Amino acid sequence: MQKIIKDGVIVADDWVRLSLNEDGTVSNVPQDGDVIVSLAAWLADAPRWQARQGRTAVWLAPDDDPALLAASLDRLPLVAVDFPAFADGRGYSIGRLLRERYNYRGELRALGDVGQDQLHYLWQVGFNAFEIKPTQNIELALQALGRFSDRYQSTFREPEPLFRRRVTRD
Amino acid sequence: MYRYDAIDHRIVRERVEEFRDQTRRFLAGELSEDEFRPLRLMNGLYIQRLAPMLRVAIPYGHLSSVQLRKLADIARRYDKGYGHFTTRQNLQYNWPTLESIPDILAELAEVEMHAIQTSGNCVRNTTTDAFAGVAADELIDPRPYCEIIRQWSTLHPEFAYLPRKFKIAVSGAVEDRAATLVHDIGLHMAQNTAGEVGFKVIVGGGLGRTPIIGEVVREFLPTEHLLTYLDAILRVYNRYGRRDNKYKARIKILVKALTVEGFAAKVEEEWAHLKDGPATIRPEDVAHYASFFTAPAYEALEANPAEFTAKLAEQPAFARWVERNTRAHRQPGYRSVVLSLKKTGVPPGDATDAQMDAVADWADRFGFGEIRVAHEQNLILPDVKEAELFALWELAKQQGFATPNVGLLTDIICCPGGDFCSLANAKSIPVAEAIQQRFDDLDYLNDLGEIDLNMSGCMNACGHHHVGHIGVLGVDKNGEEWYQITLGGSQGNQTSLGKVIGPSFARAQMPDVIEKILSVYVEQRQDDERFIDTVRRLGIPPFKERVYAKDH
Repeated sequence: MQKIIKDGVIVADDWVRLSLNEDGTVSNVPQDGDVIVSLAAWLADAPRWQARQGRTAVWLAPDDDPALLAASLDRLPLVAVDFPAFADGRGYSIGRLLRERYNYRGELRALGDVGQDQLHYLWQVGFNAFEIKPTQNIELALQALGRFSDRYQSTFREPEPLFRRRVTRD
Repeated sequence: MYRYDAIDHRIVRERVEEFRDQTRRFLAGELSEDEFRPLRLMNGLYIQRLAPMLRVAIPYGHLSSVQLRKLADIARRYDKGYGHFTTRQNLQYNWPTLESIPDILAELAEVEMHAIQTSGNCVRNTTTDAFAGVAADELIDPRPYCEIIRQWSTLHPEFAYLPRKFKIAVSGAVEDRAATLVHDIGLHMAQNTAGEVGFKVIVGGGLGRTPIIGEVVREFLPTEHLLTYLDAILRVYNRYGRRDNKYKARIKILVKALTVEGFAAKVEEEWAHLKDGPATIRPEDVAHYASFFTAPAYEALEANPAEFTAKLAEQPAFARWVERNTRAHRQPGYRSVVLSLKKTGVPPGDATDAQMDAVADWADRFGFGEIRVAHEQNLILPDVKEAELFALWELAKQQGFATPNVGLLTDIICCPGGDFCSLANAKSIPVAEAIQQRFDDLDYLNDLGEIDLNMSGCMNACGHHHVGHIGVLGVDKNGEEWYQITLGGSQGNQTSLGKVIGPSFARAQMPDVIEKILSVYVEQRQDDERFIDTVRRLGIPPFKERVYAKDH
């Protein structure tokens, strides 16, 4: 069972990401157990996924449109966003859109090429769970989560930006 | 000037510690080269030909004398005693060791400076008019908005991993001195007919491999919406900008692909969700940030005092310097002084530690302790009394900073080129020097008048060659350095991109080639016509004909 960082602590995790066939379909769907499926697989047959014994979550690729998931969000215990390469920053915008535009309040997980140097930003845009890549130490990554004590921008965590907070406080 | 509060200080210190840890992990082998590269770039650290290069941010080109002394001190203790001012109004050190970078950053933090986002695929240092706040033609002081943008862009969690670098420039004057039309976003401050202050928003300009002049996506954006609108533009770019090919990843390519109308529609759609949100700028916010940029304690002076006009009459060399290297000031009895960092034999934009210390001293003695960095790679003392210009001139001469060539042919914008930069195809500094040596006759230079000669060592165009009246681009041909010439480029209100005149030249030919181009101008100009106007009137052919004519 893998360990992930969730809400600021290291926890055991048994969600399994189902891999896709080349044509985008999923074979050998387990009836129990918690699985994370692609957006395409979910949209193709959401009722079938929901009829399973285990829970089903959806992962988004960087070029997936989170709007397509908007209608499903209240049924999803977890939404994951894949970072195929850590320099690919599209997932940060996806995170904000899910949280701020579509009001998703479940677990929002970053997976893929995710390491300690991204965690602060990911947390700010709304992610609360992180699968740390195997080449990095998860305990050190956890420490990095609290590296910055403040930030300038309006973020999901603190909508009121610093430039206004410091003026209001004066 | 803007001053940090306790939170600014804390954030920058936390960033220093983060980078110290990242450097340690890299040196210990815990981070691979591939993992460390984007992290170090986001903190201005390149690995160059000979040593690491550290680029320090100078927000919108504003420096205090205290900061400049610190930059001099770092040059002395961590580098080889000099630094290089860039076209992004920043400073580069060419010789620090990798291990020393965290300590340099900690020292910079003491004087409210950093290297955050001076490189990498993120929002870079915002630039503005080097004469902001003092220019006679200023409509609205852009600096409070520059500071608001600086804070917004600093460590922005959503936009740290963009498809490519992202540059913003702001202009608040009649004459655009910030090259806003060749930035990813250019903002022109303006008032609408109702008297509201706002911005004309220009997107998708840029130089580099595919030079493009930016297009207007919004004629008038009230200032209160600045940040929500920027968020909308950046989000559209972050989500839809190309990431498969780094040469097609700048926002200009996205704007072209969608058309400006299509791009603007996407931004408006995004903005509809963000408009009037928590990042809306209130009047009290503007007032707070404007309070850092109030006019200094100017004395009430007569313009053209007797001792000044007497020196002008007595000393033609001084008069020439005043004419070329000083600018009108909105306050009577004051002028802004441009210190030329373009003395022949010195790489354009370079300054030694002693020179930086001297400039800091002059800023305290003659001004209000402020210095500006111009994107033309010169330093500016914004507030000098006319009565004290002569004393300053004498001192500037001793430091080699009084060459009266600002705006002339030898005031060359030039990237570090192949002498330092690992991206370069060709050296640029020796070519600049050869041209400066050929045209060292001040009378002739003055007769030629205003000519922008811009030079880049590769198509990344750090030397802005596309917008030089004469542009020089270093190219690689079978491992040899060659130079391609463009004519007709221009920055400012009439921004245009230069056209290539023909096949490139060997380095040794360059001074002759420039001389031939200028001879056509001298023969063909009408009255006081500037070089660029002659090029515009005649087009490229007569210049091309002369340059490529067979020698007999």
